[in-house]
Amino acid sequence: MKSLAELEAIKNKVKNQVAMRQDDDHTTRIVVGMATCGIAAGARPVLNALVEEVGKRNLEHVTVAQTGCIGMCRLEPIVEVMVPGQEKVTYVKMSPEKAQRIISEHIVNGRVVNDLTIGAAQE
Amino acid sequence: MEFARSTVLVCGGTGCTSSGSQKVMKEFEAQIIAKGLEKEVKVIQTGCFGLCALGPVVIVYPEGSFYSMVKPEDVEEIVSEHLLKGRIVKRLLYEETVEESAVKSLNEVDFYKKQQRIALRNCGVINPENIEEYIAVDGYRALGKVLTEMKPEDVIEEIKKSGLRGRGGGGFPTGVKWMLAANSPNVEGKFVCCNADEGDPGAFMDRSVLEGDPHAVIEAMAIAAYAINAEQGYIYIRAEYPIAVERLQIAIDQAKEYGLLGENIFDTGFNFDLEIRLGAGAFVCGEETALMTSIEGKRGEPRPRPPFPAVKGLFGKPTLLNNVETYANIPQIILNGADWFSSIGTEKSKGTKVFALGGKINNTGLVEIPMGTTLREIVEEIGGGIPGGKKFKAAQTGGPSGGCIPASLMDVPIDYDSLIQIGSMMGSGGLIVMDEDNCMVDIAKFFLEFTVDESCGKCTPCRIGTKRMLEILTRITKGKGTMEDLDKLEALAYDIKESALCGLGQTAPNPVLSTLRYFKDEYIAHVVDKRCPAGVCKDLLNYVIVADKCKGCSLCAKQCPVGAISGEVKSPFSIDPAKCIKCGACVEKCPFKAITVQ
Repeated sequence: MKSLAELEAIKNKVKNQVAMRQDDDHTTRIVVGMATCGIAAGARPVLNALVEEVGKRNLEHVTVAQTGCIGMCRLEPIVEVMVPGQEKVTYVKMSPEKAQRIISEHIVNGRVVNDLTIGAAQE
Repeated sequence: MEFARSTVLVCGGTGCTSSGSQKVMKEFEAQIIAKGLEKEVKVIQTGCFGLCALGPVVIVYPEGSFYSMVKPEDVEEIVSEHLLKGRIVKRLLYEETVEESAVKSLNEVDFYKKQQRIALRNCGVINPENIEEYIAVDGYRALGKVLTEMKPEDVIEEIKKSGLRGRGGGGFPTGVKWMLAANSPNVEGKFVCCNADEGDPGAFMDRSVLEGDPHAVIEAMAIAAYAINAEQGYIYIRAEYPIAVERLQIAIDQAKEYGLLGENIFDTGFNFDLEIRLGAGAFVCGEETALMTSIEGKRGEPRPRPPFPAVKGLFGKPTLLNNVETYANIPQIILNGADWFSSIGTEKSKGTKVFALGGKINNTGLVEIPMGTTLREIVEEIGGGIPGGKKFKAAQTGGPSGGCIPASLMDVPIDYDSLIQIGSMMGSGGLIVMDEDNCMVDIAKFFLEFTVDESCGKCTPCRIGTKRMLEILTRITKGKGTMEDLDKLEALAYDIKESALCGLGQTAPNPVLSTLRYFKDEYIAHVVDKRCPAGVCKDLLNYVIVADKCKGCSLCAKQCPVGAISGEVKSPFSIDPAKCIKCGACVEKCPFKAITVQ
């Protein structure tokens, strides 16, 4: 070990692996419905795309978790985004590509992707 | 696997390992592969979570689901339900975390709510066998900061300012100890040592730190070495801690590989090397001078002080010796500052203290609390109270060197000075809870038996004095004691305290003195009434059949191994006290609860 910078580099490389164990108040939670209906509709690739994207972009204070059936099986795969202090946003009929859009537009830039939300699907 | 979506943490501390966590972990690995999840889910072995009573413990992140008492046959359900389908297996969750339909986060559970984790901050969070995980939670940054930005005297000043005191029991200010060692001239070397010879019955704080976060101790020792200008360190640990020894060795090897131990660390010209020395489990080797004698390869015996180790220690060179938990606090103090650390705790006792909770308590395990927390909070809130609705009688702190705290003093804040004042001591952190079924004379006898066994025999007061005390106590528990014995016991106790060579002998009489102070009536009951109020001391017990309750079924007579019970079927039986060996077999067998112990 030659410098603090070298130490910092190792830290940055591994910190995402440990980050999910340190939940705090300002963590954004992305939750994927992973019941039978969700899995059948393709929730697993969506989940993996989200995890990969969060990792690739080195996003801090973002966790991707799974949950059970939300109750609207016909709209699966469903992804919910919970930013602290804001209302929950529910995205429906997700795909890995759409998942990437949510990360880049909603999580990174703070703009809700309106055309993918449950409100858009019901109109 | 770069970014796992889920992490399964399996406790690999000694407590959970003995309840089968290794099998659980293997099963997780197998099931995850069977379900094709190995690219998405990572299984990690961690150190102790603290709730040893509920082991094996498994936590699944990011949900933070706390599964307790997991058996290998439960694993398939967790993998297929939770990891595959995202449905938490409520049946296996620690019941305190389940509230009606919602699942509470771990930090809201009574056991963790009042805790503050500094020394244990990484235990149960990181994989202790992976140095990169330690680095990910700011590991070795304190060492980097110290080496590149601070002068040795700044480091010592920071530790002094933090108010940290030795966690091994004595409570000597750590910063002052460092300063004394730094001020000794360096002629042919100085040493930094770590005392991991944890020997108090019921104490396992140091073991858990070394098993869960070994790098924290290594980092702190390197910082200490820089502060006092030493280049070689030793960790003295007992061989009975195989998991801790193994993880420590892995950690040392990894630190060397990463250039965090060895030569020219952080390119500053600072060299530090570290070695493990195994102890054979003699209690006296936890005493600092005996410990160093043992590292030198000699028989572990204490020697008189002064000279203190800071002047003349290991191999006759100036030596700094701290306890595991003391070291575990150091990196945090350097990173967060002395002011942060001294804002926690009481006026004279700063920071937190780890306690190993044991005895008659629901949540047996490991807790870290801010100094100044009361015994009531520890026992009733964190510890979850006493099993079976029994009444709290006393708590023993400090093991064989400490004393007991009676129920009337439950609201005394736990810190170094308050404990000394009420006749106990902080000790290394064993906290044994006793209820109404414990006999205080018997407890004092238990600890004295331990000291008699473990006395190294070098000085007369400890070798012969404690033996005589034990004889008197044994007499009392057999109902042959006199009131004069009590006075003799007390006088002898004070003599030993004043004249024994090392800390172990000087504190050995404490359990007797403190029980005499708070539970003299129990001693008197043994001596005068020939009675053991708690019903523990066998020689003072009498088994009697209550005639009104006895239906004459003869079950007890058949059970009695010595034929002490006789009578006519369908009329009350009786016990012949001359034959009775007080084994209690009849009490368990009686369907009418007609046999009482007096």
